[in-house]
Amino acid sequence: MRTAIPSGVASTPRRRRRTGRSPWLHVVMIPLTLLWMSPIVFVAMISVRTFDDIAARGLSALPTSISLEGFATALSGGGLLRALGVSTLVTALAVLASLALSSWAAYALSRFRIPGRRAILLLMLAGNLLPAQILLVPVARISEGIGLQDTLAALILVQVGFGIGFYTFVLHGFMQGLPEEVFEAARLDGAGPGLIYRRIVLPLSRPSFAALAALATTWVFNDLIWALTILRTEAKFPISAALLNLMGGYGSSWNVIAAASLIAAVIPALVFFAFQKQFVSGLLVGSSK
Amino acid sequence: MAALGARLRRVPPLIWLMLLIPLVVEAFWVFWPAVNSFSLATLRWDGITPAEGVGLQNFVDLTADPIFRTAAANTVYWLIAFGLLSVAGGLALAVALNRPGRGVGIYRAAIYLPMVVSMAVTGLFWRVMYQPDGPINSALGLLGLEGLERQWLADPDLALSAILVAAVWRQCGYIMVLYLAGLKGADASLEEAAAVDGANAWQRFWRIVMPQLSGVHTVVLAVTVIDSLRTFDIVWTMTRGGPYNSTQLLSTYMFQQAFTNGNLGYASAIAVVIFLLAIGFIITYLARQARTEEAS
Repeated sequence: MRTAIPSGVASTPRRRRRTGRSPWLHVVMIPLTLLWMSPIVFVAMISVRTFDDIAARGLSALPTSISLEGFATALSGGGLLRALGVSTLVTALAVLASLALSSWAAYALSRFRIPGRRAILLLMLAGNLLPAQILLVPVARISEGIGLQDTLAALILVQVGFGIGFYTFVLHGFMQGLPEEVFEAARLDGAGPGLIYRRIVLPLSRPSFAALAALATTWVFNDLIWALTILRTEAKFPISAALLNLMGGYGSSWNVIAAASLIAAVIPALVFFAFQKQFVSGLLVGSSK
Repeated sequence: MAALGARLRRVPPLIWLMLLIPLVVEAFWVFWPAVNSFSLATLRWDGITPAEGVGLQNFVDLTADPIFRTAAANTVYWLIAFGLLSVAGGLALAVALNRPGRGVGIYRAAIYLPMVVSMAVTGLFWRVMYQPDGPINSALGLLGLEGLERQWLADPDLALSAILVAAVWRQCGYIMVLYLAGLKGADASLEEAAAVDGANAWQRFWRIVMPQLSGVHTVVLAVTVIDSLRTFDIVWTMTRGGPYNSTQLLSTYMFQQAFTNGNLGYASAIAVVIFLLAIGFIITYLARQARTEEAS
């Protein structure tokens, strides 16, 4: 920071407008916001039109009436209802399992004198940063090797394995900051490490669990590449893979495709709005100021 | 470190177990496969007939493969353009929306809403937008710019940039969130002092604000590069690498070679190339995290 700033700035000849913001912000931001939202708005408009209406009046015409044909077709014929179920199951199990395992590792690494704990922590984080491509072929082979090819179990396991590094890193940062006195008091009361984990570490770490859960849910739910790598049977496809499939089957039914993509977006959007604060703080942990 | 070490307790067996189980899971599903990729890259193997060791031949073949060259060039283009556009966009939005005010919350939410939509869904949204009779061409028509109407995703010269716009649309919000946090930590009084001294907004931004964001820049750079090298879903849903491989990235070409063409060894060689491109940035990111870890 080479900028020389003389001190003693209190007396200023002319006040700058501090409170009254320039209207330019809104002049720029209102159209930009509308433009930013326009893809979502257009897709929503197409999703409520009928196939015949789109065929007759073109893709960009405004809807004249509201039809749920696209949503109904996507959910039943396109198999999205089943895919939503699969995705929900996979996401719930993967998020729970990976947060549980990472909290164990984070507890061990943050509160105990484990040799090389910093190296272990960074190595675990490094695993999460690897490009997935370097893992795809071997993971497909390994899941075949242990008889889990084409199963949701393999999909969940690989999501857990890939996520653990990042979650452990974040939870470790948090647990390190927990006050030592609480642990000391518990130990004086005769609590062992297992009890301390259950009674102290888990409850106190709730905020970071919430942030990570919000983040992990959208990651796992939105995954495409692992599903395509591990699963072969269409009936087992989670939402993103099912969407891709549906695009093949309903290539020209834009109302169905639009409805399907909105359906796939709904759950992450709900998670986002319900946990907006946690979500943003979750994104920030990785960047640490 | 020593003070911290003294504070920590001797390690009971239960704790070893709590550490080892997650570590084994990660080792089995991440580290072991990653190591495997390197040995697979030296094989010619379709997954069915016995594998044949070919040494570094796959890498030699790569250099003569025109699609690989396109994919590599596209990946570099993607890295630079995706990085510059999303960082410039995200930073500009963060600076504009830094101070609270009327409407700012709504603007921010609108900008980072696309971030919750998956890359695959983003791809579908924009496929609709880019249809020949879709909203983008219609809007151009309405504005009297019929001359600019294009077959966006079918034109080999335009398709990759068209996908890029969609990806940047989604990424800007993420970068904005990172910079907003950085700006929160910046010292506002410095900027006010400079303003009093007559520095204009442009000078204040470059001389006062930017230097204070150096930590965020490092993270943003690493995150952006790692994300761009991973980019797959959005290309796969929008064009699958077509038309005529014009939107092929290393990641999509690797996937196609592995799971469509069944060239597992050759695909692993591409994966190794992606890894080599990423590793420098992974280390940068780790080094920074290690420093903050030490500071805490």
